[in-house]
Amino acid sequence: MRWNHEGGWAVKVVYFAWLRERVQRPEEEIAFPASVVSVADALAHLATLGENYAYAFEKPEIIRAALDKKHVKPDAPIAGAREIAFFPPMTGG
Amino acid sequence: MPRLTIRVQPEDFDPAREAEALAHGRADVGGIVTFTGLCRDEGGALAALELEHYPGMAEDELSRIAAEAAARWPLFGITILHRYGLIRPGERIVLVVCAAAHRRATFEAADFLMDFLKSRAPFWKKEHRKDGSASEWVSAKDSDESSLLRW
Repeated sequence: MRWNHEGGWAVKVVYFAWLRERVQRPEEEIAFPASVVSVADALAHLATLGENYAYAFEKPEIIRAALDKKHVKPDAPIAGAREIAFFPPMTGG
Repeated sequence: MPRLTIRVQPEDFDPAREAEALAHGRADVGGIVTFTGLCRDEGGALAALELEHYPGMAEDELSRIAAEAAARWPLFGITILHRYGLIRPGERIVLVVCAAAHRRATFEAADFLMDFLKSRAPFWKKEHRKDGSASEWVSAKDSDESSLLRW
């Protein structure tokens, strides 16, 4: 994470499975505006970035998130995180 | 603290060898449970599964789940191996091995590990079908999440 000129910060965002396919990239650096505080805010912001993002994040209630490779709930604050991951419910095993 | 072995790899593994490794050189192990998850052919329709994972987090999460099991049951060793990449019907996907002095801890811990692994470890399956139809991501089952409530 690092501060940017708009008072927000840039952070690495990674996507997996069908979220990665819909966003059409595995990862990117996103400069979130200062109004983005929680994981849910970050998701809502991403959904505004274009048609593919709107499609990827059309059902926010089913999307899971991790901060620095640990599961978090939507209300978790993203301040200080180096990496935010978004992915569908897991289907390993 | 039991011996914890966590590996996330594209290669196949040998369940017998992994089980043996947990008892090797010691005489206090009374039981070992080995669970192996395989790729089903879904009635002949499946060509292959593609396993995607979150590198780093997959290992970390499996370690956290193993540590949780180690705190709940008196285990001597836990081994969890999970493959990623293209896996064909009949091939192994996942291995959980638990060793302890007594049987019950090994059965319960292995069951617990599989339940938590399925809905907490960052792996995703995509199905490639033989008929060439569009590949589809496997949906998580509600029963996977409710299985966690057993513990």
